[in-house]
Amino acid sequence: MRLFAQRHPVWAGIIAVLIAILLWLIFAIWPDGLKDAIGRKKVFLNALFNGITLGGLYFLVASGFTLIFGLMRNVNLAHGSLYLLGGYVGFHTADITGYWLLAFPVAFLVVAVFGVLLQILVFRRMEGEDLRQTLVTIGISIVMADLMLWGFGGDFFNISPPPWLSGPIETFLVTAQKSNGDLVYLKYPMVRIVIFVAAVVVGVVMWLALNRTRIGMMIRAGVDDRDMLSATGARIQIVFIGVFAFGAGLAGIAGVVGGTFQSVAPGEDIRFLLASLVVVIVGGMGSIPGAALGALLIGLAEQFGSVYFPTYAVVLTFLIMVVVLAFRPQGLMGTE
Amino acid sequence: MSDHVETPTPAERNHLRLGSWIDRVPPGYWVLGVILLVIPAFVSDFVMFQIMGWTFILGLIALSLMFLGGYGGMVSLAQMAFAGFAGYMVAIFGNSAITTISQDWPWWIVIPLALLLTVLFATAVGWLAVRTEGIYTIMITLAIAAAFFYFTRQNYDLFNGFQGFNSVLPPHIFGVDWRGPEAFYYLTLFWAVLGYCAVLYVSRAPFGLALQGVRDNPRRMAALGYNVTAHRVAAYSFAAIIAGIGGILLTWQSSQISPGTVGINAAIDILVIAVVGGLRHPIGPFIGAFIYVLLKTFATDVLVALGLSGDRFQLVIGLGFLIIVFFSPDGILGLWEKLRSSQNRDPLTGQDRPRGPL
Repeated sequence: MRLFAQRHPVWAGIIAVLIAILLWLIFAIWPDGLKDAIGRKKVFLNALFNGITLGGLYFLVASGFTLIFGLMRNVNLAHGSLYLLGGYVGFHTADITGYWLLAFPVAFLVVAVFGVLLQILVFRRMEGEDLRQTLVTIGISIVMADLMLWGFGGDFFNISPPPWLSGPIETFLVTAQKSNGDLVYLKYPMVRIVIFVAAVVVGVVMWLALNRTRIGMMIRAGVDDRDMLSATGARIQIVFIGVFAFGAGLAGIAGVVGGTFQSVAPGEDIRFLLASLVVVIVGGMGSIPGAALGALLIGLAEQFGSVYFPTYAVVLTFLIMVVVLAFRPQGLMGTE
Repeated sequence: MSDHVETPTPAERNHLRLGSWIDRVPPGYWVLGVILLVIPAFVSDFVMFQIMGWTFILGLIALSLMFLGGYGGMVSLAQMAFAGFAGYMVAIFGNSAITTISQDWPWWIVIPLALLLTVLFATAVGWLAVRTEGIYTIMITLAIAAAFFYFTRQNYDLFNGFQGFNSVLPPHIFGVDWRGPEAFYYLTLFWAVLGYCAVLYVSRAPFGLALQGVRDNPRRMAALGYNVTAHRVAAYSFAAIIAGIGGILLTWQSSQISPGTVGINAAIDILVIAVVGGLRHPIGPFIGAFIYVLLKTFATDVLVALGLSGDRFQLVIGLGFLIIVFFSPDGILGLWEKLRSSQNRDPLTGQDRPRGPL
């Protein structure tokens, strides 16, 4: 961070000012003039937190995608289908057993096994053939989408969280001051906060595993030079399968999270595939911190867009992508 | 006693050149051309308008993808967005049932303007997309196609949102109703043949050859002094003309354009068509489109006849696509070439037989 500040003093200054403004917006009681200009603080805070939690969900989906791409150069356009499969599996697990928490390991396992099959049956046969992988995974996603429509029907499912997680909690953030001097505190759904914290924990654990463990070292070495890694005697195919299983499992977990946040339905697969594409393009292919940054940006853009410019909310996300591509084609955190 | 050499008069020479040009057209083209020209005498209006017309239109849009992918090495999923953009422009500047938006300008302004705007749009997209390579191009063009889809769905001032435009009809030129089955058949056939010939011509012209050089080795082409980026962007512009023509015809055929026309599924369908047909030769997209249209029209009936639910149509398309890309990355053209080369091989020596004079 200090290195960044030394290298780009102007940018560091701008970012510091922006953060200060943001903190003031979050903690201060808004004066009336500001309220007239951009609306009530409650709306702003809700958009902010919804954006951050949506970013957490996007991070869960996109980190698996970017991990798989970064290590194996596998282009898995069926990633959205893995997400949707996880959502359906999670919904039915929670529905049958009645335990919401059980949905996560089951979805992780089922989707991870599916991912292993994909890696062994498809990707290993066409290593290095980008276009063919893309086409085959597009075909797989078409087939999977129709099979899931067949098996699970076209209805919207909503995974309901357990009672101890449902309902809003009162946070310590002040949204307004009543005329009698009482402070009004922001209420926010508990489940969103828990899920966001879980996403952060997953991100931190992933970062630690990549940077502090032996397997992480092997994966990072594989990202840099696959051939040299296998020449040193590492069982690279097993590492590949493990990473693919983990990335796919993350997509499955994200499906359960998405089903709790929003809903599980046909068409969500393409939506989340696109979201993860945009996130990794913005953040930089194959970079986990990049995926986190991109997910946060895209989640915030989507939520603020839908609150403040409702007609062009989706276009705003793509605008971010276009600007990043035009000035930094490798992504914000990507390396050349 | 005279060593007078007979020199052909200019008229004869012209005739000779024309004759040799005609000789060079492969016989297959003659057969196909005659069949395509006389088909309307034998088939029903439905086949002409719905099957053949749709085949030529989808073939044109897929042809623009084939040009970019096959000769330029850039697989773009935004071609359907370009086609839809041209269709939208025709609806906005031309006539439609949404009279509050449609300008109702004459066709000879509307159509060139629509194509021009499409080319500008595609050039901008191309400029963005060529900053990336290979797999990134697919992702970025997919994202752009999705952005265009969402934009048309949410913008009501210009694109009329979810509804889109209906009653977008072709103009009555020369007193012909161009949406009549026969007239529409010949209209689409004309543009399909023109697009096919244009792509074939450009692929052998200096620009096309340079583009193929850029595809194979951009660094070497740059060292030779070619502007790699400019060639790639120009390829997008050229492909957009073809896609735009296809899009205008598509809008006229269904007489409407809406966000569903330019959706992500439609973009992927174009890719499926181009890949199933084959990205090596401009005939591929038309073969792919023909198969796709046949499947889309009759697969439901066949599925029902086999005792399955007709809803599983998408599954059939997906599985067929999977099988083809799994076993033959070059599509049906690739299968055909494999078959021919295996027939041409001597079973004893395993080497190619010398080709006899045909």
